[in-house]
Amino acid sequence: MSTLKSLFIASLAAGRLTGNGIQYVTIILLVTVFICSACNLLIPESSAFHVSTYTITLLGKYLCFALLALSVDVIWGYCGVLSLGHGTFFALGGYGIGMYLMRQIGDRGVYGNPDLPDFMVFLNWDTLPWYWYGMDQFWIAIVVAVAVPGLLAFVFGWLAFRSRVTGVYFSIMTQALTYALMLAFFRNEMGFGGNNGLTDFKELLGFDIQSNATRVALFLSTALLLIAALYLSRYIMKSRFGRIIVSIRDGESRTRFLGYMTNHYKVWLFVYSAALAAIAGILYVPQVGIINPGEFSPINSIEVVVWVAVGGRGTLYGAVIGALLVNYAKTKFTALMPDGWLFALGALFVGVTVFLPDGIAGYLENSARALQAKADLDNTSEDSLSKDGTSKDNNPKDKPTEEVTP
Amino acid sequence: MHGTSVIKRKIPLTAVARVAIFPPLLLLIIWTRFCFAEDTFTEQSLHSLVAQLSSASFAKKLTLVDEIEEVAGEASLPILEAFLAGQLYYLKQEQDKVFQAVKIEQDNYQILDIYTTAQVEYIDKQAFRARYKKVRINNRLRKKIKLSLSRISLSSGSEASKMQALNALMDGVDESSASLVESLYVKERSKPVKKLMSVVLAVHQLKQATRGATFNQQTDDQTEKQKITQALDLLDGRLEVSVKVALINFKAHLEDLTADDANYNHDLINPLLSKTNAIIHSIEEEINFFLFVEKLFFGLSLGSVLLLAAIGLAITFGVMGIINMAHGEMIMLGAYTTYVVQLLMPNLINYSLFVAVPAAFLVAALVGIVIQRTVIRYLYGRPLETLLATFGISLILRQAVRTLFSPLNRQVDQPSWMSGALELNPVLSLTYNRLYILAFSLLVFIALVFVIKKTSLGLNVRAVSQNRDMAKAMGVKTEWVDALTFGLGSGVAGVAGVALSQLTNVGPNLGQAYIIDSFMVVVFGGVGNLMGTLVASFSLGAANKFMEPITGTVLANILVLVFIILFIQKRPRGLFPQKGRAAE
Repeated sequence: MSTLKSLFIASLAAGRLTGNGIQYVTIILLVTVFICSACNLLIPESSAFHVSTYTITLLGKYLCFALLALSVDVIWGYCGVLSLGHGTFFALGGYGIGMYLMRQIGDRGVYGNPDLPDFMVFLNWDTLPWYWYGMDQFWIAIVVAVAVPGLLAFVFGWLAFRSRVTGVYFSIMTQALTYALMLAFFRNEMGFGGNNGLTDFKELLGFDIQSNATRVALFLSTALLLIAALYLSRYIMKSRFGRIIVSIRDGESRTRFLGYMTNHYKVWLFVYSAALAAIAGILYVPQVGIINPGEFSPINSIEVVVWVAVGGRGTLYGAVIGALLVNYAKTKFTALMPDGWLFALGALFVGVTVFLPDGIAGYLENSARALQAKADLDNTSEDSLSKDGTSKDNNPKDKPTEEVTP
Repeated sequence: MHGTSVIKRKIPLTAVARVAIFPPLLLLIIWTRFCFAEDTFTEQSLHSLVAQLSSASFAKKLTLVDEIEEVAGEASLPILEAFLAGQLYYLKQEQDKVFQAVKIEQDNYQILDIYTTAQVEYIDKQAFRARYKKVRINNRLRKKIKLSLSRISLSSGSEASKMQALNALMDGVDESSASLVESLYVKERSKPVKKLMSVVLAVHQLKQATRGATFNQQTDDQTEKQKITQALDLLDGRLEVSVKVALINFKAHLEDLTADDANYNHDLINPLLSKTNAIIHSIEEEINFFLFVEKLFFGLSLGSVLLLAAIGLAITFGVMGIINMAHGEMIMLGAYTTYVVQLLMPNLINYSLFVAVPAAFLVAALVGIVIQRTVIRYLYGRPLETLLATFGISLILRQAVRTLFSPLNRQVDQPSWMSGALELNPVLSLTYNRLYILAFSLLVFIALVFVIKKTSLGLNVRAVSQNRDMAKAMGVKTEWVDALTFGLGSGVAGVAGVALSQLTNVGPNLGQAYIIDSFMVVVFGGVGNLMGTLVASFSLGAANKFMEPITGTVLANILVLVFIILFIQKRPRGLFPQKGRAAE
C-alpha cells in the first residue's frame, strides 16, 4: 500500500505538478460523470446500479459550486485578492438565466398572463420593466447574465484597484457589496420577485426542465464547462498575463515599478473571475429550480472561500476538490446531525487556516516534492535540478505575501 | 382609597416619637385620621349606590352615576371604567352584589371584587352564565360615564393626569365638555393646566365658528370677532394635532366664505384669514423644526449603536490590525450575558444592567483572550487567514448559542427606569432607553480613550501597534499586550451587547447585523483612530436616518454602503488618516 502511495506521489512529482493535478481531476470527473449519466438514463430504476435523478441534480449542484470555487481561486490563489463577494456574481448570473426561465413560463403561470411573470401580476404591475425586455431570448439572456456581473466586476474592480484598496479592505468592501445587493434584491420594487425570488420554472430551450434527459444534459454540460474553465484558467495562468498576475501577488509594488500597470491586470482578472462565477450561477439555477436573494448573503460567499482554502489555493484543481469534498460533507452532515454542521464548518475554517494553510492540494504537492527531493538526493542526478526549476513557477508553496495596510 | 392606604402605613412610622418635635406632623396625622374616618363613611354609601345599579332603570342609572362620582370621587374611577367597558356583573341570587368580570380566554372568566380588584373566583363560561348577569348599559349612559371620567381626572387627578385628560379631550371637544372645562377653569391652580384648558376652550370656539353656529357673513358683532381673534392668539405656537386640524378647518371655512361673492364681508374675513394663515404657517414651521430635532435624535441614537458596535473593533482592527469577524459574536455574548444575569436575579430587573455590564465585559474579554491565545496568535502577518479563522469561530459561537439556549430570540427585560419617554412637547418625545444608550456609548468611548491614552496598558498597546520589534526590544511583553488588547476590544463589544439587548432582539444572529456596519464605521473613520470612529458612527447614523423618509430604510442602507465604497476611493485611509510615524 505504502509503495503504491509513494508511486502515486512520485508520479505526481515526476511531471509538471499542477498540470498533472488538473489532468487527474479531469479524468476522474469525466469518468464519473459519464458513468453516472449512463446509469441514470440506460439502467432501469429497479436496478441496484441505477443512479437517481436526485443524485444527478445533487452532483450537478456540486459541479456548479466547483466552478464557483475555481473562479475564487483564480483571483485569490493567483493574485492574492480575497473576494468575499463572489456570491454576488454567481447570484447575478443566476438571476439572468432565471429571468429567461420566467419568461419561458408564458401563460402557464398561476395568473395565466402571457407577458408578465406571476409576481408582477401579483404586485399589480401593468408592463414589463425595461430590463426584462429581450430576456425571453436564450442567447440574449446568457449574454446579459455574463455581461452584467462582468460589468459590475469591472466597475467595482476599477474603482477599488485604482485607489489601491487592497488586502482586507478589499475583502470587506466586497462583502459590503454583496450585502447591499442582498438588501436591494429583497425589495419587491426591484422587479426580481423580492423575497421569493424567481422559481416555478417550466422549460429550458423548449425542453421540460423536470425531465431526466434535461437534467442529465445540464449535468453533462456543467461538467464539460467546468473542465473547459479549468483548462482555460490554466492557459491564462501559464501565459504572460498569468505570470504578471502571480508577480503582482508576490510583490505588487515591485511589479509596478518594473513598468506594469498592475491595476489593469487585476481588473481584467477580476472580470474573468466574475464571468466564471456568473456561468456557475447560470448552470446552477436551472438545476435547483430557484434563485432568491439568499444567494447574495455574505456567508455564502465566505463559504466558497473555505472550499478553496480546504482544496488548496493557487492550484485550480484544488478548488474543485475542495468544493466537492466540503459540499459532500455538508450534505451528509446536515442529514445526520443538522446542528453539527456549523460546528464542523467553523472548525474547518480554523483548522485549515492554522494547520493546513496550503490545503489538500498543497499537502499532496508538498509531500510529492519532499519525496522528489529525497529521490533526487538518492540519485543526485543532474537533470532533476532543471525539473525543479520549471515547476517553480507554479509553486503554490511560495506563500503569497499580502500587503498589510496598517 | 389608594391615598389613604399609603398614609395608613405612614402612621406607625411617624407616630409618637416625633409628634412632639414637629407640630405640623401632628396636624398631618390628625388630618389623615380625619380622612380615614370620612373614607369609611363614603365607602359605605358607595357600596349602597353600586348595589342599586343592578336593579335600577336607565334613567335611575344616570343619576346613580352622578352620585357615585360625587361620593367617591377618584375612587370611583375603576368602577366607572369597568362599567363603561361592560364588565360589571351582578349575582342572580343576590342582586345587590356587583362584581367585575374579565374574560380571560375563550371560555373562562375571572371575577374580581370591584373595590379591591382582588380575585373572587375563576370560573368557566357555563357557570358564569348560570350565576351572573350583566349590569346593562346604553349609549346615553356611556356618554355620561365618559364625561364623569374626564371630570374626575380633571378635577381631582394629579397635574400630569389632568394634562393627559385635557389632551384626550381636545380632539373631540363638544358643548358639554367645554362647559365642564370652563367651570373647572376658575378653580384650577396649576398654571400649565390652566393654559391647556384655555387652549381647549379656544379650540372649541374655533370649531363652533367653523360650524357656523356663532360666526357667519352677517356677523357684525365686534365682540364675537374679538373672541375669535383672542382664541387664535391663544392657539399660536401650540403643537397639538387637534389645534392644527381645527385651524385648518377654520381656514377652509373662511375661504368658503370668501367664495360667496354676494355676501363677501371683507372687513370681517380678510384680517381673520390672514391671521389664521400666519398662525398655521408658524405652527408648521415649528413642527418641522421639532421633526428635524427628532430625526437628529434618531440619527444620533443609531450613531450611538454603531459607535458601541464599532468601538471594540476600533481596538482590535484599528489598533492591532486584526480582522476579527467574530466581533459581532462578542456583542451577542454580551447580550446573552444580560439574559443570564436577569435569569439569575428575576426580582431585581431594575439593577440587573449594573451587574450585566461588568459580567458581559468579563465574559466577552475572556472568550476574546482564549481566541487570541489559541488561534489568532498563530496567524500574525496573515490578515486574510485571520479573517477566515475568526469567521469560523463566529460560526462556532453562533451555533453554540443556538444549541445551549435556543435558536429563537430570548426575552431580555427592560428595567422600569429605562422605559417610557421624555415628552418635551406633543410633537417631540425622546425615549429613555435611547437617551441612556446614547449617554452610555459616550461614556464607554471616553473610558476607552482614557485607557488608551493614559494608562500603561494603553502606552504598551500604542507602542506595539506602532513598532512591534522596537517595543519588544524595549522590554514590552508583546505577547501579553496582544492578548490583553484583544481582550479589551472584545470586552467592550460585550458591553455593547448589554446596551443592544435593550434595543433589539437577542438571538444567535444579533452580531451578524452589526458586523458589516462596524467595519464600515471603522474604515470610514480611519483605521487606528478612535476619534474618527466617533465622528464616523454619528455621521453615518444621522445620514441614514435623514435619508430614510425619502428613500425607505433598505435603500438608505444601500446608499450609505455605496457612499462609503465611493468614499474609500477618494480617501482610502478614512476621514482621519493617521499621520507621522503611526502611519507606517
